[in-house]
Amino acid sequence: MKIPEIRTTSKSRISTVTIGALKADGGTRGSTITIGGQSAMPHLSFDGESPHPPVIAGYISDIVPDWPDFLKEAIGSEINSPLEWAQKAVEEFGVNLISIKLRGGLAETKDKSPEECAGLIEDLLKTVDVPLIIWGSGNEEKDRLILQECSQAARGENCLMGSATESNYLTMAAICKADKHKLISEAPVDINIGKQVNILLDDNGFSLDDIVMFQTTAALGYGFDYVYTIMERARSAGLQGDKLMARPQLCDVGEEVWRTKEATVGEDILEGWGEARKRGPMWEAVCAEGYLQAGADILIMAHPEAIRTIREIIQ
Amino acid sequence: MILIGERINTGFKKIKEAVLNKDGDVIKECARQQADAKADYLDVNLGAVSNKPEDLCWMIEQVQEEVDLPISIDNNKFVMLKEAIPICRKPPLVNSVIADEKKLDELLPIVAEYKASIIGLVMDESGSPTTADKRIEHAGTIVAKFMEYDIPPDRLFLDPIIMPLKFMQDQSVEILNAASQFGLFTDPPCHIVCGLSNISNGTTQKGLINRIFVSMLIAHGLDAVILNVNDTELVNAILTADLIMNRTIYADSYLEAFRR
Repeated sequence: MKIPEIRTTSKSRISTVTIGALKADGGTRGSTITIGGQSAMPHLSFDGESPHPPVIAGYISDIVPDWPDFLKEAIGSEINSPLEWAQKAVEEFGVNLISIKLRGGLAETKDKSPEECAGLIEDLLKTVDVPLIIWGSGNEEKDRLILQECSQAARGENCLMGSATESNYLTMAAICKADKHKLISEAPVDINIGKQVNILLDDNGFSLDDIVMFQTTAALGYGFDYVYTIMERARSAGLQGDKLMARPQLCDVGEEVWRTKEATVGEDILEGWGEARKRGPMWEAVCAEGYLQAGADILIMAHPEAIRTIREIIQ
Repeated sequence: MILIGERINTGFKKIKEAVLNKDGDVIKECARQQADAKADYLDVNLGAVSNKPEDLCWMIEQVQEEVDLPISIDNNKFVMLKEAIPICRKPPLVNSVIADEKKLDELLPIVAEYKASIIGLVMDESGSPTTADKRIEHAGTIVAKFMEYDIPPDRLFLDPIIMPLKFMQDQSVEILNAASQFGLFTDPPCHIVCGLSNISNGTTQKGLINRIFVSMLIAHGLDAVILNVNDTELVNAILTADLIMNRTIYADSYLEAFRR
């Protein structure tokens, strides 16, 4: 008896997105990264192709995050300067691109002006030559101004801007179209809103091919389970012909892992959990590896040990 | 959901005249309207206007000059299909064949050769079945032939044969019960299709009956339908039923998104 060949064939491909612009393309980057293009679920190479492996973006913040000492020590004193931190992430940690968060723009931190934030982006572009992901402060109102300034400062560099939501998509679409950047579409762990934001962007003439989806990230328990399921379902729908969901996906692993008690506190609080110094980077690596299986294309990561582990897995 | 546009049919006076006068623009306009309404296939039916393969091929050519959708060739005669299938630019859907071994043996080789799909009507020479069991038996005959010719099951569209509600009211439940079994024959399952408008023939509430029945069929596994794709309310009902069956992902603007 002939054994039938059972393969899941996809009806469509995930879109291919390139971030960063070389000199020849009007930017100043020394390299670009390309993600997406899959015709199969992650790791199922017998079902189809995954032409572009996932990439790691180095987590950088313009102010020192509220992180445990062992993480700050692992990064080194460079954490006090976003430029030096970015440079080290590229040269020593081996990240493919840089993700910068402008938390200093918040009134309760440093209340930096949009111009100051844009100045940092200009300096960052001179310091590293990998592509950039640029996030605002986290305050939507202020970010309209911050991201507009930063977008202009990085005009032509084909950055990935974060992020468009149900409430600010008009502004973000206009900014990214004007300065030729790619855009993150964000939803609060809600696949229906994730799809709706993409519809809204598409309705307003922003090309779906310039979108990277961000379903937000979780690093623990049910939250991880929800996000994993959403990303997997989005990828599966995208492969089966849902054009709105056929987009590369991003996970902010660093941000979420280093907020959990389980990854950060010592054995004095979590008795029998092992040394936080070891447990923390393992937590970040395991979380990232989980999301690779769910269909992540960009992982934002912080701890050099976790980055090294995931780099090896991807390779 | 696979939407098969039914309007290029010489049963409609405008299309009949267009074929008789070789007025390609009428066919093209009809094709364009259905493509704009997001049809996945366009059914082309020469009907009784002519029995010449070149007339069927002419209709197909008109459609292909205007849109790049695959064709559903509404014809069951080998002499016509052997001319029409090769001129299709995309693998067509042959509409249709019945559960008759001789007819299947005649048509399936050319279906296999051109990677076409085919609609299998669950009836035989003796006529339309009246029970779910008989429908399933005929479906089995067609599926077995598909396996014999090594054609992937997802290129088979089983049609449970829709009967008019007004005249054969007991049939609707038989149809639903049969449809829910069709998916169990193979993995991956074959498609389940129907010519929807039969259900409301002769009734005074055609639109309502079509919308309700298609939703019930979708709940029983239907994933393709031959319909007037420009009937917005009907398509909205189909899109909504698909959501309720959790086959597509909900978004607030799901109706608008479909039509973009």
